[in-house]
Amino acid sequence: MSLRDDPDVLEAFDADVPGEPQVDVSRLRERLREVAPAIVLFFAALALWELTVIAFGIQEFLLPRPTVIVGTLVDNWTEISKAAFATFEEAVGGFVVGAAAGALVALATARWTGFRTGVLPIAIALNSAPIIALAPIMNQWFGLTNPVSKMAVVAIIVFFPVMINTARGLTEVDPAELELLDSYAASPSEIMRNVRIPSSLPFVFAALKVGTVLSVIGAIVAEYFGGPRDVLGVYITQQASLLHIAEAWAAIVVATVLGVAMYTIVLVAERLIMPWHASFRDQRV
Amino acid sequence: MEVVEGTSRRVEARDASGRSPIPPAFRSLVWFLAILGSLMLAWELYKVVGRALEGTVPLPVRPDNKSMPHVWDILGVLFTRRLPNEPILLLVLLRESLFTFREALIGFAVGTTVGFALAIAFSQSRLLERAFMPYVVASQTVPLVAIAPIIVIWGAKIGWPVWISVSIISAYLVFFPVAINTLRGLRSPDPTAMELMRSYAAGRRDTLWKVQAPAAMPFIFSALKISATASVVGALVGELPSSLNQGLGRALLSFMYTFITGPEKLFAAILVASVLSMSFVGAIATAEHYVLRNRRGSR
Amino acid sequence: MSEHAVVAEGVGKVFNAGSSDQVEALKGIDLTIGAGEFVSLIGPSGCGKSTLLRLVGDLVQPSAGRLEVNGKTPHRARLDRDYAMVFQKATLLEWRTVGKNVQLPLEIMGVDKAERERRSREFLDLVQLAEFSDHYPWQLSGGMQQRVAIARGLVFDPALLLMDEPFGALDEMTRERMQMELMDIWRRTGKTVVFVTHSIPEAVFLSTRVVVMSPRPGRITDVIDIDLTQPRTFDTRESTPYYEKMTEVREALRAAGVGVE
Repeated sequence: MSLRDDPDVLEAFDADVPGEPQVDVSRLRERLREVAPAIVLFFAALALWELTVIAFGIQEFLLPRPTVIVGTLVDNWTEISKAAFATFEEAVGGFVVGAAAGALVALATARWTGFRTGVLPIAIALNSAPIIALAPIMNQWFGLTNPVSKMAVVAIIVFFPVMINTARGLTEVDPAELELLDSYAASPSEIMRNVRIPSSLPFVFAALKVGTVLSVIGAIVAEYFGGPRDVLGVYITQQASLLHIAEAWAAIVVATVLGVAMYTIVLVAERLIMPWHASFRDQRV
Repeated sequence: MEVVEGTSRRVEARDASGRSPIPPAFRSLVWFLAILGSLMLAWELYKVVGRALEGTVPLPVRPDNKSMPHVWDILGVLFTRRLPNEPILLLVLLRESLFTFREALIGFAVGTTVGFALAIAFSQSRLLERAFMPYVVASQTVPLVAIAPIIVIWGAKIGWPVWISVSIISAYLVFFPVAINTLRGLRSPDPTAMELMRSYAAGRRDTLWKVQAPAAMPFIFSALKISATASVVGALVGELPSSLNQGLGRALLSFMYTFITGPEKLFAAILVASVLSMSFVGAIATAEHYVLRNRRGSR
Repeated sequence: MSEHAVVAEGVGKVFNAGSSDQVEALKGIDLTIGAGEFVSLIGPSGCGKSTLLRLVGDLVQPSAGRLEVNGKTPHRARLDRDYAMVFQKATLLEWRTVGKNVQLPLEIMGVDKAERERRSREFLDLVQLAEFSDHYPWQLSGGMQQRVAIARGLVFDPALLLMDEPFGALDEMTRERMQMELMDIWRRTGKTVVFVTHSIPEAVFLSTRVVVMSPRPGRITDVIDIDLTQPRTFDTRESTPYYEKMTEVREALRAAGVGVE
């Protein structure tokens, strides 16, 4: 019996006891208390930023005020939103392809052990290469203005973490659960469906969450190596080189929103697909 | 004594595997070379088959020597000179790598220091964590490298040498995994280990250095491996919008512009950049192997 | 200086007071433990015995009542390093050798290196693990790890030993041998021991007194003197008075409303 199973010991760690998932006033208030410092800090920081720029007379092209950035965003909305949409398309396309390919290869590694021992170390090694450096080659292969060239970079960037994490999740299974299924004379595919895949899900989602942010970054940086006029990466570099810093910041704000949006979609999917997971009971970093 | 017998068996098992003189890095190196070989073979095979099929089936990548230079041409170009009075390309690229690696290393040092400091501060104060953690996380959803052009311009205005701006971008990519993983590691000790320290009336400093920090080491190493790559990526990307005429990022750009006249040079530059980054990670993995060699579950 | 190692008067503990998951862990605890006694706290899961031990150790703060350890507040006693804690898990630091684990409290208390090494040898010898000083914890069996934890508890010479089911994770045979060793150490060192356990035979064999507790909220329902002859040996376990005392404790637990099979 582990220490944590003993309620007598558990009660001594009152702070660590995960409560029943229930919505009541005290819990909501607690939740609010959790996020309050961050919210206060957010507005304080924005106000401080605004005031500092005014007080010290910092030139606009060095650090524009938040209000100026918002104003610029509104003024240039047509242009920026068009660029954002194009970049979002690249990021999402690459993300889907990369994640799907990563999951498929991982399934193969779980099926054939020899394949895993050979492929996993390579994947880990290649994952430590600066994949973004492939962008110029993808530009040559698929065309500078073709979104496929950016999607390819994003797909490769997303592929490795998803594949490595999924492979780990599929193989690092509680041996007792495998024995249980063996005792039912379950077939390999039944074991895959009932034990391996469910227990790999937390690993997969961890990788997907990392992948969302990486895919937006990957798309933008791939665009630094050149691309059509109406994408965020090209827009940001052009505006920055013209010292239109407020425009560049406005585009960065939009890019951030894209990253957060993709992240949130994955987060929601995670909750829908595995509502049983412990991390939702005790939200802590 | 019964128990001692059982134990001595474990000790032997450890002598056989735990103190293995061959780091696991070496065994995977053999695998790595084998698979690298088959990848090259697949590359050439695609070219041969692709040329035979060209025109009949749509191919994702054209199998000609411009899109996909021969493996031997890519490796060969490393040993040729672009100009008669210049050293061979490999040496040129190594010199550029050294320049980029210096930026990356400075970024890595600064980023890990900031990451550790944040993690230690957060581990000591819930309020600090609640107030700042969301921003540490949010900072990563900001496509951080998107601000690279702006940082380069700031640096130029302030009058910094450009490599400082590049290192800052690198540090920005590095600090996050270090901060998150270190914090997780500092929180990882068993609750009873923390109670034990409390029962000794140990100070925060003792608890941090004798229990939390050693417990965090495995977490820290996995962060450092991620951050090593991130530091190289940060340096490469930081060089792109800069006016530097040195560095691997710049080399990538210039070979991209001259792709038509010598595609294999771009491939060679990417190869060198990958080797640089992988060696950095490999060095950390080796350090990890030795630092954690006495822990349970260390291979 | 008081001759009482522990005095509790009307001690109570409520976790998460005011919140929806409020738990009253302990209520109206009165208990006096004399110096040199071996007192076991026995009761089912959730009766608050671990909490009571942690209150004595100042690891948890009481919600009501008064507690005294060695004639001081528990807080003062903790700062004075008056007690050592031994947990169900050995809680050895996996990156330290066995010897270094035993030296840990001494390092924190600022004892110099030569003295640390001398004392760690002495106490590892006491638990018969002298030759394992340079091994790492994971190379030791569960029983050996727990003996290291006991050596680590004794090494800074605390007056009081607080043990939270220290043998709970061991197999029956190792457990009985560990009990013999603990008896031997207790007799030789004269420490006061407060010992939390689930096991009736263990409580009866080791203790001079057994404190019976019942849950929801945790209360003391009975205190039974165990006047078996000292030193207790292998034969004690087969003696009639031992069985009678076990029956008495079992009856007391049942009277407290605890199902005993």
